[in-house]
Formats: sequence, C-alpha cells, structure tokens
Amino acid sequence: METKQNTWKATSKRNIRQLAYWTGGWVVAMAIASFGQKYFWEGNTVLTIIFIFIATLVGVGMILMNRKYINSLDEMQRKVHIEAMAISLGVGVVIGLSYSLLDQANVIGFDAEIADLVMLIGITYLIATFAGLNRYK
Amino acid sequence: MKNRIKVLRAEHNMTQAELAVAVEVSRQTINAIETGKFDPSLPLAFKISKLFDLPIETIFIDE
Repeated sequence: METKQNTWKATSKRNIRQLAYWTGGWVVAMAIASFGQKYFWEGNTVLTIIFIFIATLVGVGMILMNRKYINSLDEMQRKVHIEAMAISLGVGVVIGLSYSLLDQANVIGFDAEIADLVMLIGITYLIATFAGLNRYK
Repeated sequence: MKNRIKVLRAEHNMTQAELAVAVEVSRQTINAIETGKFDPSLPLAFKISKLFDLPIETIFIDE
C-alpha cells in the first residue's frame, strides 16, 4: 500500500512539476519572441522567425505535457478538468466572436486583441476548475 | 447511486486516505463517492469491490 501511495503521488507530483516547467518555458520563449524583436534584434526577421519557431515547438511540448497530466489524474479530477475546458472553450468562442464583432462594428474604441481572449480563457478555466472541485467537496 | 463504502471502511478500520491509496485515486474522490456526489466508473467500482472482497452489487445500490 505504501509503495502504491508513493507511486501514484510521486507520478502526480512529477507530472505537475513537468507541466509547470513546460508552461514556464513556453512563457519565456513567447516573451523572447515577442520582446526580442522590439528590444534586442530590431529588424532581423530571420532571428524573429527562429524564436517564433522555438516558442511554437515549446508550446507543442506544453500541450503534450498537459495531455499527459490530464490523463494521469483520477476520474473525478479528470471530469472536473474536462468540464472546465468545455466551459472555457465555449466562453472563448462565444465571447471572443462577440468581442470581435464589437470591434468590427466600431462599437468599442480599441482593437480586439488576441491576448484579451487568452486571458479570458485562462481566467474562465481557473474559475470553472475551482467551482468544479468545490462541487464535489 | 447509493453505496456502503463508508460502512465498509469503518468495518475494516480504514481511513478515506488509506482507501484512496489502495484504489489509486485522490482522497477527495473517495469522499465524493461516499457522499453520493460522484459515481465511480466500472473499473474503479470493481477495484473497490475486490478490495473489500464483496460482490459489486452489495456495495453499490442503484436507486
């Protein structure tokens, strides 16, 4: 029983840690690709393309690690995350398109940025996950 | 779906955490099953029935 505990908990902790590393790596790679062209290699398109490519590769690694993490959860935790993902995706598509239409119709006085949508999806996912976990308490 | 997990745990002098370890889920999942908030999958139900050495239908009762 002790071995089982060690194996399951150790696997869970390792997956969380690895997901954190991949997510952190992706954020750093995105930051370099985004700010590098502005502050370090202005006008060098080749370097920009290389760093965007690296950020994309790290992002793919993060996606695969997230899949591994979700699959390592137990069935109730997985249900909570799947529901949270469904809500986030729905909110992202519905609110994102409405936001874009508002921009196209010039109802809002600023441009609809993709970063706003990413933040909305992230916050929705967090809230939906906590709400889901709270429901099964 | 009702179940007798809490009673069986008490009979076997087991905590939720110990049962969770034995069937490889989180303690929160065991708690949610006991309180009827979450219905376990068939493989997990079989794991629990095997652990208590009882037929599955004597642990989980369809309402």
